[in-house]
Amino acid sequence: MLEIEIDGKKAQVPDGSTVMDAAQQVGVYIPHFCYHKKLSIAANCRMCLVQVEKAPKPLPACATPVTNGMKVFTHSELAVKAQKGVMEFLLINHPLDCPICDQGGECQLQDMSVGYGPMKSRYTEEKHVVFHKSVGPLISMEEMSRCIHCTRCVRFGQEIGGIMELGMANRNMHSEIMTFVGRTVDSELSGNMIDLCPVGALTSKPFRYTARSWELQRRKSVSPHDSVGANLVVQVKHDNVMRVLPRENEEVNECWISDKERFSYQALNSDERLTKPMVKQGGEWKEVDWNVALDYVAHGLKDVCREHGGDALAALAAQSSTVEELFLLGKVMKGLGSGNIDFRPRQNDFSSDSKRAGTPWLGMRLAEIKDLDGALVVGSFLRKDHPLIAQRLRQAAKKFTKVSLLSVTGDDQLINLHARMTVAPAQLAAALAAVVKAVAEIKGVAVPAGVENATVCETSKKIAQSLVDGEKRAVFLGNVATQSADATQLHALALEIGKLTGAIVGFLGEGANTLGAHVSGALPSGANAHQMFEQPRKAYVLMGVEPEFDCANPQLVLDALNQASLVVYMSAFKHAPALAYADVMLPIAPYTETSGTFVNTEGRIQTFNGVVKARGDARPGWKLLRVLGNVLNLDGFAYTSSEEIRDEVLGKGAEFVGGLSNELSGVAISLPTITANGLQRIADVPINFADPMARRAPSLQQTADAVAPTARISEQTMAQIGIADNGQVRVKQGAGETVLVAKADNNVPAGCVRVSAAHASTAMLGDMFGSISVERA
Amino acid sequence: MAMLGSINGVLMEGLDGDNSWSLKDYVARGGYAQLKRILDSKMTQEDVISEVKKSVLRGRGGAGFPTGLKWSFMPRSFPGDKYVVCNTDEGEPGTFKDRDIMRYNPHAVIEGMAIAAYAMGANRGYNYVHGEVWLEYKRFEEALDQARAAGFIGQNILGSGFNFELFAHHGYGAYICGEETALLESIEGKKGQPRFKPPFPASFGLYGKPTTINNTETFASIPFILKMGGEEFLNLGKPNNGGTKLFSVSGHVNRPGNYEIPLGTPFATLLEMCGGMRGGRKLKAVIPGGSSAPVMPADVIMDCTMDYDSISKGGSMLGSGAVIVMDETVCMVKALDRLSFFYHEESCGQCTPCREGTAWMYKVVHRIENGLGKPEDLDLLNSVLGNIAGRTICALGDAAAFPVQSFIKHFGKEFEYHIEHKTCLVPKDVQWAGSGFHKIPA
Amino acid sequence: MFSAETLQKFAREVAKYPADQKQSASMACLAHAQEEKGWLAPESIEAVANYLGMPPIAAYEVASFYNMYDLKPVGKYKITVCTNLPCALSGGYHAGEYLQHKLGVGYGETTPDGKFTLKEGECMGACGDAPVFIVNNRSMCSHMHPEQIDKLLEECK
Repeated sequence: MLEIEIDGKKAQVPDGSTVMDAAQQVGVYIPHFCYHKKLSIAANCRMCLVQVEKAPKPLPACATPVTNGMKVFTHSELAVKAQKGVMEFLLINHPLDCPICDQGGECQLQDMSVGYGPMKSRYTEEKHVVFHKSVGPLISMEEMSRCIHCTRCVRFGQEIGGIMELGMANRNMHSEIMTFVGRTVDSELSGNMIDLCPVGALTSKPFRYTARSWELQRRKSVSPHDSVGANLVVQVKHDNVMRVLPRENEEVNECWISDKERFSYQALNSDERLTKPMVKQGGEWKEVDWNVALDYVAHGLKDVCREHGGDALAALAAQSSTVEELFLLGKVMKGLGSGNIDFRPRQNDFSSDSKRAGTPWLGMRLAEIKDLDGALVVGSFLRKDHPLIAQRLRQAAKKFTKVSLLSVTGDDQLINLHARMTVAPAQLAAALAAVVKAVAEIKGVAVPAGVENATVCETSKKIAQSLVDGEKRAVFLGNVATQSADATQLHALALEIGKLTGAIVGFLGEGANTLGAHVSGALPSGANAHQMFEQPRKAYVLMGVEPEFDCANPQLVLDALNQASLVVYMSAFKHAPALAYADVMLPIAPYTETSGTFVNTEGRIQTFNGVVKARGDARPGWKLLRVLGNVLNLDGFAYTSSEEIRDEVLGKGAEFVGGLSNELSGVAISLPTITANGLQRIADVPINFADPMARRAPSLQQTADAVAPTARISEQTMAQIGIADNGQVRVKQGAGETVLVAKADNNVPAGCVRVSAAHASTAMLGDMFGSISVERA
Repeated sequence: MAMLGSINGVLMEGLDGDNSWSLKDYVARGGYAQLKRILDSKMTQEDVISEVKKSVLRGRGGAGFPTGLKWSFMPRSFPGDKYVVCNTDEGEPGTFKDRDIMRYNPHAVIEGMAIAAYAMGANRGYNYVHGEVWLEYKRFEEALDQARAAGFIGQNILGSGFNFELFAHHGYGAYICGEETALLESIEGKKGQPRFKPPFPASFGLYGKPTTINNTETFASIPFILKMGGEEFLNLGKPNNGGTKLFSVSGHVNRPGNYEIPLGTPFATLLEMCGGMRGGRKLKAVIPGGSSAPVMPADVIMDCTMDYDSISKGGSMLGSGAVIVMDETVCMVKALDRLSFFYHEESCGQCTPCREGTAWMYKVVHRIENGLGKPEDLDLLNSVLGNIAGRTICALGDAAAFPVQSFIKHFGKEFEYHIEHKTCLVPKDVQWAGSGFHKIPA
Repeated sequence: MFSAETLQKFAREVAKYPADQKQSASMACLAHAQEEKGWLAPESIEAVANYLGMPPIAAYEVASFYNMYDLKPVGKYKITVCTNLPCALSGGYHAGEYLQHKLGVGYGETTPDGKFTLKEGECMGACGDAPVFIVNNRSMCSHMHPEQIDKLLEECK
């Protein structure tokens, strides 16, 4: 520890601290622009110059290491003169038109110029003008003359996003931030650069000039978009969500959110919102009052139960539904005598359902990822499925963590990987078995039953070694592993590694409330998400699910829905395809318009409130289900608040859910036999098509992550099946077919075709990882 | 042009032959004998460094930091790669000595670097050559090939087990890369933007490894110091200012060029060696150490000797030893206008005071030169330069501020005249008369 | 994109640096690319970046930072004149003016026949030889008084 005195305040700080660190510890504010705690030190803005005893010149607090006994003065004449000098320089070429700047009111330069800036400019020369740039639908770089060259955006790309898309070109006063000759910024984390920009140079394209910061009310919320549960600030004006920003929580999302989380809010204000209950009568949709709609639903459901029994009824919910919604939906189903409820529409293999020891979870806290010595991620489009977990692993890999990836495509994760294996989906289990075997061989213990015949290669050995060495290691199962036909085998194999090495086994988690759904009674006691469609039912309740896009096999699901006599469709959006097969549409409030609770993948319980009034006649899902329960004359629906429901489900005051365990019992390893039979589909869920909100955010739909799916095939496989790069191909699965453009992509394993799910152009296809045929169109 | 004159010359002696730069000629002059002696005799690293310390060889690049002391900062026992880097990015206006060393005596640089690498336990080195000099870069590469073939660099040098790989890196036009950390960034294939220090290169240098950077002339002096002994080298100069030094004399003298003289030689002697003032005009001012050094009026410099301490006492810096001589036909406003443009142009753009301040200073000086000066401009300039100096990441901010400060301090009358009369104090028709243009040199 | 000869030069430069530091060769490779193509078009910069495994914008940063790279087409002969103070004292300004007069173009301009581009340069480290020009970044010309300038222009076919 080192002793330091700042403005007379004494503190002990750890070795290696900077003066800025120490100042923050003692609560002294030192003005700064380029410094950011999550980025490398640039020391280029010079705003944080302070006086250090015995130093002849003022020194930048951000870059000056504390030495024992150091005395620092942040408000001395020398320090203030230096700070004022820098402020003057920053302002000479900066437009002094704050009233018309989008950043006005929330600009660090504006704020600090009040404290350190001169009343009148001494600069009478011509101001430097920087030409505007166009970098895509999310970030506006229309006013680059405002840039103060702090390079936070550049460093963010290099260090956090993992991809350098912005750079500072030229030199001297002609330095300017730009992309490479007119390119767009495509990182899935790019919006964070808007937050990092201390001035009005990088602004939010969808938000700019729609509101002034002081008109906005800041409300806390939690992201419904992925399993991290990023903490959000939702900014609101006149009951409209105007902007979504990260709310700092070091344990969860640090200070970042993905672009999907930042810009999906656009869907909330869209015309596609469902704002009135609707009932189909004689083939015509009619807007009706809530009591009419709920009567209709209650009668319809009761009729089906009476005539066909409870088993003729099934419910499927999205993983972004709240604990309260899922719990009440489960209660309604139970009350009607049906155990056919599920929240895992993309899952294929449910054989672990009766064998799990507890609720599957990450196996650790998110914040512990940085402490891992080794990590193996199995079956994941990591960057796109879990942008913030990928970010954590990226940072960890830069330090000492050996991060390996075993997955189905060779997409660049922008992580300095220790090792990677890319195999066909059907080969995942065999490849993971090889790691298990290699681990056993390294440890010199018996090879576990079932993996004796696995073929160990150099890479599986390398991965195995990284899971043996060090103190803390983990095997994470991603979405592809969860959705795989061999999900239970992959799970069991991961547990074998855990047993042999002491590594933690964890699930990255598919949705915002996957854990919450597990503990809220939304797991089937009857038919699961596959069975309920495989054996068609008479009536379905869909909550927040868009079957065309959200299911493992949309064909199967749509066939079942089309034959049902009643489909109750609960959604925030008037989902056009549902108008064909649904009979009732009930507008439920999205996360900004309801209170509720999500449990993230580390088991953290996060409750949020609605931040705006529900749009039109939309109602919070839990209220709707409560009323439905009452209309159905079911017992136990007397809840007066969502908190009451939460407390009943999760216990009052709990911070984390209990009963977390990834153990399995009674699962024997038995590697699937692979029959090399035609082509296999690999379906990713593109990040900006991943949920109903993202799908309806115009800005996200213009990003590189939202280009229409193509049929991506390795050059080798293309040659084998006689397909040309950029040629049109007919892609068929079962009865569904579509015409796509074929693209050569050697990141796709041989014998596979990558065709994304969750898009209108592929919604008629079948299993995400099923067999597929491709022919010239 | 090579050497136009010397007193007790060391570095540039015996370079009159056509092939003075070749390995054969260098060896004939006694070249590589010191490297061989050190390796054969297994001289300790401490002894090598101590010899350099004794010589009081001060860094010839401009800062004048004692070389032996710098070498002793290197963590010699640090495992892994360690680097020695030679700074031949000679772009300080007025300086052209390293180019001649590279042209006529490149093996002295190679031998000096090899000895330095041995002394500091470094295994790799780069010589960063100024972008604008191509011939010398190619010649140095040839010299490297020769030295490699002869076993003076590479693996297991002269059978000693000592390894040192040396390469040349060519710049491409950026003054700032003469700053040692900008130079390292440049070798790493990035923009030449200086790093904040600490950490210093000795602990975190090229590719994050321990690195020592010296100027070309410094390295080239090393074999000679080991040959004659540190003490004798020191005695060539004066206490605390050891040895001889190359001075690049440019501007209004009859014979501009490089002169090797002992530190401590009177300026008047140097001026005489250069054949005196061109056209017999009156000396007005001298910038004694490259354009970043404060300008000195004639009467002050005439009383100085050419060494670090004397010039410093006279209010300037010996810097790189680039002596820019100006006669009475020079308009000091126009001269400063050009220098201010240079610093503004060459600012790397990284840190605020330099990026913004150098442009501001240039615009004001340029305005004054063009008859648009305002009475408050000189105070403004002094205030702006005060906000640059000492506030920047590297020394370019200071380097840009010193000329403005010293020109106004010593020649303020010319600036005031310009502001008041919208024209030069030095009549237009005599301005730049000393340039010698249209005259073909003999 | 590049000739075999240029690619060979690239390889030679890359070999100077540790295996994991290929980016170090960016300056030299950009220079060789410019030498072959006459100037650095974005495609050339990107090709160099891809060759070295660095982001294109990082290569662009380099190409736009060092002033001997030409990001726009230049004439067959690019003549850079040093006008910095030490050269100016010995005729740098005058030599530049003489050259401008002879070619009929100013600094930063190219003659209509595409033969000459004139540039004003900073210190080339040859102040004792003033006035000094550099032709096509490579050939340094010393003592450029009128006769020498005339001769140079004649030699530039």
